[in-house]
Amino acid sequence: MGIIKAVKLIYEYVSKDEHGDVESVTQAIQGVDLDIQAGQFIAILGHNGSGKSTLAKQMNALLVPTGGTLTVKGMDTSDEKNVWKIRQTAGMVFQNPDNQIIGTIVEEDVGFGPENLGVPTKEIWNRVYDSLGRVGMMEYCNHSPNKLSGGQKQRVAIAGTMAMKPECIVLDEPTAMLDPNGRKEVIATVRELNRQEGVTVILITHYMDEAILADQVYVMDEGKIVLSGTPRTVFSQVEQLKQLRLDVPQVTELAYELKKEGFALPDGILTAEELEKALVACKDQGFRLKNGTGEMETCQ
Amino acid sequence: MIRDITIGQYYPANSIIHRLDPRVKLMGTLVFIITVFMIQDMMEFILATAALGICIWLSKVPLRYMLKGLKVIFIILIFTVLLNILLTPGRELFHFYFIRVTWEGIVLAAKTTMRLIYLIVGSTIMTLTTTPNHLTDGLEKALSPLKKIHFPVHELSMTMSIALRFIPILLEETDKIMKAQQARCADFESGNLIRRVKSLIPVLVPLFISAIRRANDLAMAMEARCYHGGAGRTKMKPLIYERRDKAGYFIIFAYLALWIVLKFVL
Repeated sequence: MGIIKAVKLIYEYVSKDEHGDVESVTQAIQGVDLDIQAGQFIAILGHNGSGKSTLAKQMNALLVPTGGTLTVKGMDTSDEKNVWKIRQTAGMVFQNPDNQIIGTIVEEDVGFGPENLGVPTKEIWNRVYDSLGRVGMMEYCNHSPNKLSGGQKQRVAIAGTMAMKPECIVLDEPTAMLDPNGRKEVIATVRELNRQEGVTVILITHYMDEAILADQVYVMDEGKIVLSGTPRTVFSQVEQLKQLRLDVPQVTELAYELKKEGFALPDGILTAEELEKALVACKDQGFRLKNGTGEMETCQ
Repeated sequence: MIRDITIGQYYPANSIIHRLDPRVKLMGTLVFIITVFMIQDMMEFILATAALGICIWLSKVPLRYMLKGLKVIFIILIFTVLLNILLTPGRELFHFYFIRVTWEGIVLAAKTTMRLIYLIVGSTIMTLTTTPNHLTDGLEKALSPLKKIHFPVHELSMTMSIALRFIPILLEETDKIMKAQQARCADFESGNLIRRVKSLIPVLVPLFISAIRRANDLAMAMEARCYHGGAGRTKMKPLIYERRDKAGYFIIFAYLALWIVLKFVL
């Protein structure tokens, strides 16, 4: 039994006109089945409007399914009683770093969650320092969040959820508003938490490079899961991903194009090192281009 | 100029004033403001100045930080000075056509200016040395007896601390919107008052929209972190009076007593 399990999950946005009559119904999620095992690193991909953020909010009981069920650690999110336990079990980090920091000082913000849970004062401080240490923001504990960079703010937000001792963190496009350095920082932090602490991570993103690190990738389109599997299996379906208006990681695309030109490369190459190895292997086998002319150039 | 407002801007430092209980600081500020408004003669003025000076020195906040806050009320200051000088009847010093300057006018202008400056600097010391959260915690605790009559003390203090946290963000946003509009030839500086106010409407509309959007995001983030009102909440930094706080109260009352003696006895 997974930590997060969705069965035929449906969520509809209902828009009403001023008389309260239903104007239109948009199905943001249309029958999603998910089973996420504890300790996994999951990436959910999809272009804008594919329903991935809506799905994330379901996992934190910020939205409640209109059809089907979603359980977090066996607790049904549609049951009002479970709400606070679910939010403690599945912490959430949002996209905009400014709009999720409540405290005016880093440590006060990290303490906000435990305060709400009614944790005793001494234990709050332990948790605050512990989680700030884990995200590497200890030296900023007395700073104002306004003076931090975007990546640092997101790390504070991650520490804020970690202080609630969740078993699972849902990150809803945490890097969408960050520069490349901030993005690296945040992803490295998340990965560290997943590996060292065994926290289940559900990363919602539209950066393909971030999804490479995941154990399992789900691709969403129009409220449905259209592709799933390990990054390698998902990213080897380059054509299908392109149809879904998604990119593949740059290296994968390069390998794909090279293969189309006749190089004997395996499917689903994810990193530059892999590509290099595969190309060197090609060369060792004395591989020539299809038309038989010219030596193959090695890749740096 | 948009970032010159110091109220609500915490200046991190490690001073005795910073470490004081916010309730002591609230009380001190209140007492100080009341006395400043009742100052009449030189001795009282010297006492208030000394008290303010010592607090500034103890707080380890650079003086220019405190004075920055004054820029905002500069126009009000000029107005009060002019009106006081020109409109106070009394012994005439000189006149120039219809303008009459009186000795009483000058004295009153000086007093009012001094009061306004002390008022701003006095309250700025409090906001510069107390984190807004700490400040609202102090207010919450000081007002907690009002909970009995169902006054929403916790909600109010939470709202205040969030408002304070978003002041710099919204200021920056205003700046950004104004620059974006200036880049498209919006003119905020010329024309009469009505035109200038009108030209601010295209700034205010996106600002409000973004503020509401932020509020929505923040509410969701707070809920995601299990915020459900004041009930059952513990404090990370509970307010407990320590020796220095008691000493603080003692000094405030000593100041008050000295002031009363100066005012009514001597």
